[in-house]
Formats: sequence, C-alpha cells, structure tokens
Amino acid sequence: MNALLATVRRDLLLALRRKSEVLTAVFFFVIVTSLFPLGIGPEPVLLKKIAPGILWVAALLATLLGLPRLFAADHVDGTLEQMVLSPSPLGLLVAGKILAHWLLCGLPLVLLAPVLGLQFDLDASALVILTLALLLGTPLLSLIGAIGAALTLGVRGGGVLLALLVLPLYIPALIFGAGAVEAHIAGLGAGGHLSLLAAMLALAVFFAPWATTAALRIALE
Amino acid sequence: MLNVSGLACSRGERRLFADVGFSLAAGEWLHVQGENGAGKTSLMRLLVGLSPADAGEIRWRDEPTPSPEFRRELIYLGHHAAVKEDLTPLENLRLAAALDGIALDERASLAALIRLGLRGREDLPVCVLSAGQKRRVLLARLLTRPALLWVLDEAFNALDAPAVKLLGELIAEHLSAGGMAILTSHQALPVPGGKALVL
Repeated sequence: MNALLATVRRDLLLALRRKSEVLTAVFFFVIVTSLFPLGIGPEPVLLKKIAPGILWVAALLATLLGLPRLFAADHVDGTLEQMVLSPSPLGLLVAGKILAHWLLCGLPLVLLAPVLGLQFDLDASALVILTLALLLGTPLLSLIGAIGAALTLGVRGGGVLLALLVLPLYIPALIFGAGAVEAHIAGLGAGGHLSLLAAMLALAVFFAPWATTAALRIALE
Repeated sequence: MLNVSGLACSRGERRLFADVGFSLAAGEWLHVQGENGAGKTSLMRLLVGLSPADAGEIRWRDEPTPSPEFRRELIYLGHHAAVKEDLTPLENLRLAAALDGIALDERASLAALIRLGLRGREDLPVCVLSAGQKRRVLLARLLTRPALLWVLDEAFNALDAPAVKLLGELIAEHLSAGGMAILTSHQALPVPGGKALVL
C-alpha cells in the first residue's frame, strides 16, 4: 500500500514540475464544452437536451489527451523497467499511476462540470447528478484507458491507435453517464444508471490494473 | 546461489546465443564479454526476468526465477538513466526507494549521494546535470537499496576516471560482504578476480 501511495506522490510531484501537460487536458475540456453553447446560440431547450452528451463526450476526449503520456515517459527513461523489477508488486505501482492520472485528469473535470453545466441551463439537481455520474465515470475512463495505454506502449503512431482502441470501450460509460442526467431531467430518476456505472467501476478497479500489468510486461519484453 | 544452465535467446530469425551456463556463489562476480550485438544486454535482461528465455533455466537459491524473493535480492541497472529529469537527485533516490517499499531517510540518501561525488548537487534538477553525473545518481541506488545480486549493464559508461575507480571499490566492497555481481563492459574492469563469460 505504501508503494501505491509513493507512486501517486511521485506522479503528482512530476506533474507539479511540468504543469502544462495537465492543464492542456483541463483547458481542452473547458473550451470544447464552451464552444457548443456559443455555436448553437441561446436556445435553452435544445442546450438542456444536448448538455449531458456534450459534457460526457468532452470528458472522454479530455481523458484521452493525457493517456499516451501515462506510461510513455517512464518507458523512455527506463523507470518502468525498474518498476517491473521492484520488490513491490507491479499491480500496486500501476494502480498508483492510474490513481494519479485520475487525480490529475479526471478529478478536475468532475469539479469543473457543475460550472460548465450552467452554460447549458441545467438546474441544480441535474448538476448534482452530472457531477455524481462523472465522479463514478471518470475513474472508469482512467482505468480502461490505462489498459489501452499499456497495450500501445512503444508503438509508432500509438496515439491514434490508442484512441481507436479505447474509445469503443468508453461507450458503456458514455451511455450510462449521459443517460443518468437525461433520465433525471425526464423525471425517471438516475438511480439505475448510477448503480450500473458504480458496478462497472467496481469491476474495472479489480480487473484493469491486472490487465494493464500484463500488457506492460509484454511491452517491455 | 545463482545457477544458470542451457540458456538460449534469439531475436527474430537470428540466434544470439545458446547453451549459456554458469553459476555464482557468494563473493563471486561474472564479467560478460562479447562484441557489439553479441547479446550481452539480452542476456542481462533474461537473467533479471525482463524477457523470457527460449530455453534454459535460471535458479536462485535453488528456486526458479523470476520470483518476488529474487526481485527483492536483485538490483539491475541498465543502459537507461532511470532517473526523472524534473526531480532532484535527492528526490529521485528517495522516491525510487519508496516505490521499492524501502524506508530511506534523508540522511542516508545524502550520504549515498556524497559518496558518489554529488555533494552540492543534491537539490538541482537532474536535467541540468551532465551524463556522467546522471549515471552517478543512478549508481547511488546501489548504496541505498540492499541487494545481494548486482546486475550492471555497461555501468562504467560515461563515468570519469575517479568514478570508475569508485564504482570498482563499491563492487569490491559488495563482493567482500558476500554479494554477487554480473557486469558487462568492453574495458578491463577495476575489480579483482571474477569469472569471464564470452558470448
């Protein structure tokens, strides 16, 4: 467990020394979600209808932006080799890296979403559901993305391949995440959608670090 | 302690080496020699368990490797710097230890860096250090991480004469304390004794 926390601390410290990499994804999220209301114009009914989908798609793409760098730097400078050979279980170190990725790329999106949702005329209760859905969904995006990042590690043009590999796997998160807010606005209650998101997250927490670890071992051979 | 037999490795169609075998006991070290491309680095990666062998067996304390016990007693320093350019040598050393689950206080890490001749450099970002100094930051790990088997791939590269001498002394100390080492190098190494393995 200490090794996991040490990995998180290390990655946060590295991000602090190189802030631009983290801020890029966050600004991307802010800009993309702000472009839609500006482009569509002041039509509250339409904006309210498309808000969950747009915020979720923007969150998917913003998460994707940071993914190629998740293991690339450690791979190039040989730190990843040292992690594989470390006495600490590689799964824990990988889990730490995924957690750090979420703290840097996922959590800011969750915190910004209520503010950005205001642009779409979402009311307070819909904003709460949106934030909750993103809180359950963004860790899921980081976990699934890590598998893709490990599989495409060291591949030329890996960024595009990563997007092709990971985006289809994001579809369930998108459907239930955006669906939660839509169902709430329609008065159906978001409980079912949120429970499914939580179930997928629980599955991914268990499975994704293991799959990522296996992919990294193959990438290093 | 370390017994290797019948080890074979190929890259694509090309057979790099076959039927490599040796054994190391406490206090012994092995000098792996060979031309460029002979497979020295491949052999090192096989030995530590980074890549699987085509054939053969590597046993540590009579147990097959790689195992968590083996990794706990092993330190491998390869071609890569394996240090973070944005962090200082002190942070690099302490975070590497934390990742390995080893508690390392600031005094011990400073002592290791000073021994490696990095006094006054411990709080500079690694990216402003020279290639040789980066190498010294990596080598400081030999002092802070207790390991029985040192696997050093071209560890003497980029080091100046005093550093080569110092690393020779570190290895000699390690061997006299019952440790083992496997080294690759094209130069004659400043370490007495040792078995030779030519690929």
